[in-house]
Amino acid sequence: MSDDPFVIAGVELASRLILGTGGAPSLAVVDEALVASRTAMCTVAMRRIDPRTSGSIIDVLDRRGVRVLPNTAGCRTAREAVQTALIAREALETDWVKLEVVADERTLLPDPLELVDAAQQLVADGFHVLPYTNDDPILARRLQQAGCIAVMPLGSPIGTGLGIANPHNIELIVSEATVPVILDAGIGTASDAAFAMELGCDGVLLASSVTRAQDPAAMAVAMAYAVEAGRLARRAGRIPKRFHAQASSPTEGMAVL
Amino acid sequence: MVITLNGAKCEISDGTTLDELLTSLAGSSRGSAAVVDGEVVPRATWGQFPILEGQVVELITAVQGG
Repeated sequence: MSDDPFVIAGVELASRLILGTGGAPSLAVVDEALVASRTAMCTVAMRRIDPRTSGSIIDVLDRRGVRVLPNTAGCRTAREAVQTALIAREALETDWVKLEVVADERTLLPDPLELVDAAQQLVADGFHVLPYTNDDPILARRLQQAGCIAVMPLGSPIGTGLGIANPHNIELIVSEATVPVILDAGIGTASDAAFAMELGCDGVLLASSVTRAQDPAAMAVAMAYAVEAGRLARRAGRIPKRFHAQASSPTEGMAVL
Repeated sequence: MVITLNGAKCEISDGTTLDELLTSLAGSSRGSAAVVDGEVVPRATWGQFPILEGQVVELITAVQGG
């Protein structure tokens, strides 16, 4: 039993790192990355069955004992997202859903109006909703009021690897959150993940930074350490930033040289 | 009879059930869902759900993504 459990809607997850599976060149690479990351939950997309594909992401997750979190990736409207969540619930027999409703392909930024609409509909239908949201504290508040079990603000747009563009907003979201805050999207490298945790996020969800790294499994290990290190640093309490130097050695007792 | 299956016209035998269609396409129905004429069909009814001429059927599963 951890002394710092990560709990979402009463479910304890063994890792604060949630892995996306998109962008990997093969299921074998996903498999290696998820083992290396020690993740406890992975997100998957819902698409038409293609009889030409062999192997199933669900088999990989089952074999590794990793919880599946279906998403509504690609949806542009609340109607599409709700329909996709219903499909996922039927296919995967889970009422947890990562809710994504993006406005356009160029930015892949969430459409706030459609997002809140979809969240309200899904919560009313008994879903446990984890919304991918803008780094907007007021929108995060609205999503919590709608009954979401977590909020997942972006660090920067999906796939950019630009890190956390507005740490002040992430801190604001964390400071008033009543549900877990999971930094989702924009992570480029391990220091970004550590920074998210230092800002007080409860977890990090990332995909491209691992699946598109030159060595995905090695980057997955780095991310696991980064999330743990960031969490430990947050709990340890960092020193305040100062404008001027402050000696760490005693100023008394200097020899006359 | 002809239906639209995942966006393409498709010839199937009369009386084919959703369960049979899913199994023939994917090998099993595990991890899959079915939408017929825009309605998500509950898993429990697939075995008795006859597909009708001209229906639009979407068979969906989990893939890498997100």
